[in-house]
Amino acid sequence: MEALLSRYRNLTVLLVVLVAQLLYLAYQVKTNRDERLIRVWAVSAVTPMAGMVEAMRHNTIGFMEDYFILLDVREQNRKLKADNDQLRMENVYYRNQLATAEHAQALTLFQKQTPSKTVAARVIGNSTVGTAKAVFVDRGSTSGIEKGMAVVTPEGIVGKVVAVYPLVSQVLLVTDPTFKVGIESQKGHVHGVLDCSSGKCIVDQVQNEEKVAVGEWFFTSGEDRVFPKGFPVGMVASSQTGQGMRDIKLNLSGAPGGVEDVLVVLQGVHQPIPASAPEDLSASELPAPPPEKGGEATETAKPQTEADKVLAKYAELGKQEEHVYGAVGSSIPNFNLKPETPAKPAADIAVPAKTDSAQPAGSEPKPLSSDTTKANNAGLAVQSAAKAPAQNSPAQNSPTQNNPAQSNSTQNHPAQVNSAQDHPVQNNRAQVSEAGVLGGRPSVKAAAPAVSAAATAENEV
Amino acid sequence: MSETGDQILERPLRESWFSRFQVVALAALTLVSIIGKFYLPRLIPHTEWLELPLLLTVYFGLMRRSQIASLLFGAFVGLAEDSLSPANLPIGMYGITKTLVGYFAASVSVRFNVENSAIRLVLCFFFFVFHAFFYWVMRRALLGQVIPFDPQETFVHGALNAAVALPLFAILDRMRLSGSL
Repeated sequence: MEALLSRYRNLTVLLVVLVAQLLYLAYQVKTNRDERLIRVWAVSAVTPMAGMVEAMRHNTIGFMEDYFILLDVREQNRKLKADNDQLRMENVYYRNQLATAEHAQALTLFQKQTPSKTVAARVIGNSTVGTAKAVFVDRGSTSGIEKGMAVVTPEGIVGKVVAVYPLVSQVLLVTDPTFKVGIESQKGHVHGVLDCSSGKCIVDQVQNEEKVAVGEWFFTSGEDRVFPKGFPVGMVASSQTGQGMRDIKLNLSGAPGGVEDVLVVLQGVHQPIPASAPEDLSASELPAPPPEKGGEATETAKPQTEADKVLAKYAELGKQEEHVYGAVGSSIPNFNLKPETPAKPAADIAVPAKTDSAQPAGSEPKPLSSDTTKANNAGLAVQSAAKAPAQNSPAQNSPTQNNPAQSNSTQNHPAQVNSAQDHPVQNNRAQVSEAGVLGGRPSVKAAAPAVSAAATAENEV
Repeated sequence: MSETGDQILERPLRESWFSRFQVVALAALTLVSIIGKFYLPRLIPHTEWLELPLLLTVYFGLMRRSQIASLLFGAFVGLAEDSLSPANLPIGMYGITKTLVGYFAASVSVRFNVENSAIRLVLCFFFFVFHAFFYWVMRRALLGQVIPFDPQETFVHGALNAAVALPLFAILDRMRLSGSL
């Protein structure tokens, strides 16, 4: 016997390991018990790292995008491109910000609207089994989550909690082949079972005699004891008579595979099936505020401080002598001359210089549209803010602030204008801080319409 | 026998691979591969097909050439993967599958020159298909779960994994030769 074992030692070890695992497997299946200890160890070892990576990714991507956008804008300034390009870049930035805010607001709105008690969670990792559709979320038993709870989004259902650990939970998605959900149609109240095992989601167990139209919505029926009744599931993509049962294909509304933020239903409350299709929970917008009285006066604010007057004078001189501040090779203007026309308000002065520089040589200077002018006014207000002491300006954290070229630039340097334009929130802060330094009545007053003018111009673009 | 045949079946004389590949580094690689499978699809969408733990098991089996060590390593990696699987799947499915992969990889390495890129490509493809098919059979036979098995998709994923395995194995080779691990 020993000789036999030593001769087939490798095979013997293989058989022993396989049989041990098979017995362990059989024990789990027979007792229907989850081996929690091993899973807790593994999850505790892996999820903190995954959570850190996810948090870093989430926090740094926005910063990196902003940084690269800033680099791009700076490059554009060096090449003196048109103002329209800058507004377009800002538009993209604002749209992204708006989309993010809308998503978060929709989640919050849904959380308030739904009678069920929910807790928000973020997806931090996937399951290791390719065929199984499961994700980990960053909320666990410490947040009150328990096994079997439903996971939803405002758009639709996502899955259910299948394992709970102190700080994370595992969610089996509705697209998993083993997952079934009891659902009910909106109009005919036809009951069926959602089954996504074949890769596409279908409604099973519906008789051919039942009437289900394309475009009809299905909602959770609550019969599965997981999802409360009344949550949207999806819309019927096709409905055909099949063999025995009706073939109904469903387009899920919740997109469980790509979801990032979810709500875990702590205490589900059944609701009636709504009569209409699920409403769009995106953030609503108020109409634009009415124009202020005397808005004209504030929009073209007169220079009030000595610094504003000097700035306006120099800008006018530069315009007369066709000098572009900050431009390489531009001759030095004679500052002892008197300007031919009265100095324009500070909010307008940089517009001609910037516009001229942006145009190709030899071309006729085109008049700026009111939108562009307004936007430039906003930029100038910020430009003057950049002159404020660094310790007073929150914008000092912007990567552009570290640009040595910027530190050497003059007041009209376009890089300063545009770097400030990219951060509207920082702009406001910078303007206020300047007001504090200069005692600035005018700057603060001029800043609000200028920023609103920039926003108006951007919206129209 | 032809030169090509000699090259394929030749077993080059070299130092023990494992003697330089330290255990700690191997454990770290295993952890990275499992975390990669756990998190990579969130970072880079549509990368669920990448089976880093499997590739690591195959590489270990091919280079270590010890059947016992390879099957134990495969069992360890598989069980670690199982512990991160959905809670409705019992622990041991990947463990059994990867145990067999490790054993067969070590067995094959005795016969072939596993430093040949073409051999590695074919073996990785074969082991991926074997792994996917055997896992599907086990879920169907042992657990009674009817899950879809798409041969075409499996072959494509196998080819992709084999393509990834070549540079990955080259990097692991370089780490071993430079003695950095």
